[in-house]
Amino acid sequence: MDQYQLDYLAQLEAESIYILREVAAQFEKPALLFSGGKDSITLVHLARKAFAPGKIPFPLVHIDTGHNFPEALAYRDQLAKDVQATLVVRKVEDTIREKKLTEPKGKFASRNWLQTHTLLDTIEEFGFDACIGGARRDEEKARAKERIFSVRDEFGQWNPKLQRPELWSIYNGRIHKGENVRVFPISNWTELDVWNYIRKEKIELPSIYFAHEREVISFEGQLVAVSDFIRIDEGDVVERKQVRYRTVGDMTCTAAVESAAATLDEVIDEITATRISERGETRIDDRVTEAAMEDRKKNGYF
Amino acid sequence: MDLLRFITAGSVDDGKSTLIGRLLYDSKSILADQLEALEKQTKNKDAGEIDLALLTDGLRAEREQGITIDVAYRYFSTPKRKFIIADAPGHVQYTRNMITGASNASLIIILVDARNGVAEQTRRHSIIASLLKIPHVVVAINKMDLVEYSQDVYNNIVIDYAEVARQLGLEQVTYIPLSALKGDNIVEKSEAIDWYDGPSLLELLENVETKQDTNFSDARFQVQLVIRPQTDELHDYRGYAGRVTSGVYRKGDAVTILPAGITSTISKLEAGGEERDEVFAPQSVTIHLADDIDISRGDTIVHSSNQPAVQNELDVLLCWMDEKPLQPGNKYYLQHNNRLVKAVVRQVDYRLDVNTLQQLPVEGGVKLNEVVKATIKTASPLAFDAYAKLPSNGSGILIDETSNSTVAAVLYQ
Repeated sequence: MDQYQLDYLAQLEAESIYILREVAAQFEKPALLFSGGKDSITLVHLARKAFAPGKIPFPLVHIDTGHNFPEALAYRDQLAKDVQATLVVRKVEDTIREKKLTEPKGKFASRNWLQTHTLLDTIEEFGFDACIGGARRDEEKARAKERIFSVRDEFGQWNPKLQRPELWSIYNGRIHKGENVRVFPISNWTELDVWNYIRKEKIELPSIYFAHEREVISFEGQLVAVSDFIRIDEGDVVERKQVRYRTVGDMTCTAAVESAAATLDEVIDEITATRISERGETRIDDRVTEAAMEDRKKNGYF
Repeated sequence: MDLLRFITAGSVDDGKSTLIGRLLYDSKSILADQLEALEKQTKNKDAGEIDLALLTDGLRAEREQGITIDVAYRYFSTPKRKFIIADAPGHVQYTRNMITGASNASLIIILVDARNGVAEQTRRHSIIASLLKIPHVVVAINKMDLVEYSQDVYNNIVIDYAEVARQLGLEQVTYIPLSALKGDNIVEKSEAIDWYDGPSLLELLENVETKQDTNFSDARFQVQLVIRPQTDELHDYRGYAGRVTSGVYRKGDAVTILPAGITSTISKLEAGGEERDEVFAPQSVTIHLADDIDISRGDTIVHSSNQPAVQNELDVLLCWMDEKPLQPGNKYYLQHNNRLVKAVVRQVDYRLDVNTLQQLPVEGGVKLNEVVKATIKTASPLAFDAYAKLPSNGSGILIDETSNSTVAAVLYQ
């Protein structure tokens, strides 16, 4: 029966496509949350396959912190055009102004936490009942316990103690008015699975994932790109280094990795060999407390 | 490289978290910064080695209380396989979580404390493995270091467990003496257990044969959604998207659409937008039929020569998962993969004691974590197989109409 053997990437793909189709079938108004990072790019690729030859039956939604890498924004616009998807962009900047929110201050003042406000407003504005995200369970301890269909109350809050049992491949997407479901089709993928899939499927990525020269400062061992969004203090040394990004998020809280890896093969070789996790190496915002992610999720974050 | 999903059953006392921690640690799946966080936490506790159990405690409440509440999923891979571990708590009040974790597993590791031998919870975990038809059972006889690596202790446990396996009809059972704390027989073969000539746990996980676990003879496919782009160039395109849950479909196959019983022929098959001559489980595909038929979500497409049962009265086993007890006569939704129908639990025949398999009378409602034999009537017929024959088309969930919660796992008899 060797002919009917699917390799692990094909199995993961089949599962993710199944989940995306469940979302389209069970919900009235789903949306795909697109960050410009490799995980959400992979999601768009999977969605394309799931509904081919038709178009992706939901919009791509970007919650824009205003602190993006320009390369990621250019990539986003081109991708939406290529797949003929509706692109909805809502800016954290506007939420801050309209709701008079207090912006965090400090060296790397991140709007990551404020994103949740804009996200919840956007969900309400469009009446989205399901939001598809690219989170993976291998990323973080709290995510390891979250369901693939994760029901959130009208405040977007995750209640880890009241999760629905998720049995076999049966996804219960029934909700009350006002609630919504966060859906994570690539829950069972690891960082390396995503990279290997990108290579197998020849998915194009924004250039910042590959080695390039950039002005950075070093902060507690992490390299942060010099931009208008961070404060350069007197003691900081601005250096020009060859770097690449392992994750792509807000410029203020995503760190770069020193690297000469210019091709996908070289990047995958480096990631295979690394002894530091994706979030540990590149996310400044998760290092605050042991339960940083758990707390954010309970407040409506992804 | 292929994929193996397995579940570990046992409690903190059996060293389950330590076992998983050890697997991740010794297979080098734990990275430097995760280890650093672990060391930081361990410092506050007893001095000594780092506490591998801490690796698997996810939520704050769990860390504070030192317990596992929910199913957590862990990932690691070796050059041979990618592994997905469902890490589920083992106490009787968490039977629900264990069933959830077990529902997608093709292998179960049952932890036995070498000092205690086959205990009540060993039986319970084995009964769940047999109810859910998990194909492979590994009995990990742990804490061998605390019984001086005694071959006699090991042999006696094997004899005891073989009797449990015989009673439950568990066929593929493997025994491994190990110590998760010391790392004996986890990744490397243990020198202290030189009388054992089988594989280490990781060697076993890497090599267990899984090809027979998928049924390629009884083809089953349910429609998830109908793809109709309705654009100028794809005006007549009408494809049925869904997953092949078992078996193989080929272009030209004579098929029947259930529950309606209409027949047609497969005119085209697609996977990932590309045309294929044949598709097989567990691929997500799109099927086209030669005839224009009214088909919608939840309809089943099967070979006309190999059909499941089509009924609206079903004998089932229910694993109750909700705090609110089941009241016979109550209405629920039954979700059978992609088909959602109204259902009423007509009659509850008996309760199955998950520690002894005894059939007991049901008094009052059916409570959380109880397993019962019942009869369900659905508002429209279901195309299903017995769980024992074909789990992927033999299972469903009950959903509470008012709370929308998933309240039961349903196994068709």
